Amino acid sequence: MLAGIAPMFGAAEFVRPAIDWHAAAPELTLLGFGALITMIDIGWLERARRIAAPLTSLALLTTMVPIITLALDGNDRSMFNGGFVVDDYSLIMKATFVLAGYVVVLMSTNYIAEGDYWENEYYGLLLSSILGMILMASARDLISIFVALELLSIPAYMLATWRKRDLKSNEAGLKYYLMGVFASAVMLYGMSLLYGSAGSTLLVDINDAVSALASPSAVVVIGIIFVVVGFAFKVSAFPFHTWAPDAYEGSPTPVTAFISVASKAAGFVALMNLLFVGFLGRDDIFEPLMWALAAASMTAGNLMALRQTNIVRLLAYSGVAQAGYMLAPLAVAGTVPDKALTASVTYLVIYAAMNLGAFAVVIAVARKTRSAEISDYRGLFHYAPGLTVAMTIFLFSLAGIPPLGGWLAKFRVMEAVIEADTASGLVLGIFVAVNSVIALYYYARIGFSMWAEDAPDGDLTPVNVPLSLGVALALTAVITIAMGVVPGDVVGRFTEVSLLAGG
Amino acid sequence: MLLNQFLLLSAMLFCIGVYGVLARKNGVLVLMSIELILNAVNINLVAFGALTDDVGGEVFALFTIAVAAAEVGIGLAIVLLIYRNRRSIDLSEIDLMKG
Repeated sequence: MLAGIAPMFGAAEFVRPAIDWHAAAPELTLLGFGALITMIDIGWLERARRIAAPLTSLALLTTMVPIITLALDGNDRSMFNGGFVVDDYSLIMKATFVLAGYVVVLMSTNYIAEGDYWENEYYGLLLSSILGMILMASARDLISIFVALELLSIPAYMLATWRKRDLKSNEAGLKYYLMGVFASAVMLYGMSLLYGSAGSTLLVDINDAVSALASPSAVVVIGIIFVVVGFAFKVSAFPFHTWAPDAYEGSPTPVTAFISVASKAAGFVALMNLLFVGFLGRDDIFEPLMWALAAASMTAGNLMALRQTNIVRLLAYSGVAQAGYMLAPLAVAGTVPDKALTASVTYLVIYAAMNLGAFAVVIAVARKTRSAEISDYRGLFHYAPGLTVAMTIFLFSLAGIPPLGGWLAKFRVMEAVIEADTASGLVLGIFVAVNSVIALYYYARIGFSMWAEDAPDGDLTPVNVPLSLGVALALTAVITIAMGVVPGDVVGRFTEVSLLAGG
Repeated sequence: MLLNQFLLLSAMLFCIGVYGVLARKNGVLVLMSIELILNAVNINLVAFGALTDDVGGEVFALFTIAVAAAEVGIGLAIVLLIYRNRRSIDLSEIDLMKG
């Protein structure tokens, strides 16, 4: 077969590419455990339920080992002509995905077991979605970006529909699926045009081809716009956010946390790979695009969040606004690439901790109230003071109040857009500042009703928080506080990253 | 090579697909429209690959076909689930959540 094709294209004889097993170890470990969980499910059926969650936790913690050894080793590694790259940026993102996945497993353990859902498959799919994400962090090639995107999305569609008999969960899954597939189809069309103009699927080659043009051809412009729009759906940026509130509300809450944090972060990672490696020479096209997306997302997200009565929908719209803040540094990526990359990575890491924490509190409170209405959070302090303090920390961190992590994240974003010293960058800085004030109103409103109002019906029975959920809360709270309190130099050691172009 | 014809065909397929996704109310027809977009992508990839004598395009198209099959498998499962629960796959009726 190969011998038949090779002469047609004048290709050289097949040479087996050198494989750096250490560089691929995180992916291979996760793949091995995912396969193991699937096999155990097939072989043991119901008997495997008890070990599914511990085994998944073990899988994620084991995956951290090669990530840490690669970080200690410190060398940038590159395989397949630069299509798969391990650098400090990809390692910090892999660690974020794996830890976020671990927290989601902790949040899911009791939720999934008590709800009588399918358990083994749930954890198998969760692992395969995380595998797609850590693959995305290393992908520097259109094909591997596409495969990683689908590997992380397809299990997420199924997880969103996990409550099979529940009409809301069906609706959530369908909306998430249709929007996601449509977006990835549009993105693929853009990728095919970029491939055509560069003659190669490697992002470095695409950068060479698109920056060589004095003025961009229509094919390149459409290609870049379609690819960016495709990922704008994934990160739920306005006006491509319409699926997010419905998908968040209908999905099981741990899955919502997973989609809103890990899946969104993976979309950003893909976007950063593309912008910083593939399109950096064409900042005249992507900078205005990013500017418009960032400004529209934060303004529209915050304004729509103001009138929400359901906390999950509120967090969905606040997530749209947060996506806007994360996109803001990318709008100056061509002017100050290093600053912009650091700002986006810092924001992603801190956002993961604080948003997962907020969802952990939502899950804990729903164990008692069975609802996610904001009116059911009245008087939370009187029967669950610990949860109230935790929720206050997460909400104020999302609002960006010092000394919490969210403040450092916003500070880095402001630093990047102001450092760019362009009129558009400064205007974007004003957008960030004004929006932070708007956002404070609805975050503080929840805080006020938790601390100051009376509990509905005077019902003061305490909330029963299981151990694993408590660990998830503690972990996210510690990271959220530490990121803001620990001196910036220490945080910077992890988040001031450089991106290896490949080759 | 006559690249233009291939690109025009794929652009037309893409537009029909996008129209179908936006305008159709039947779940299965929306899935078919998405397939049209993916096939437009495949035509593009193969045409560009043949133009530049690069196998990358064909390989990419194979990946697209394989992944599209998995995607549609999930999509049909979700549509079937909704049909079982609601006895209808009219997308305009699926509006429990709003706001």
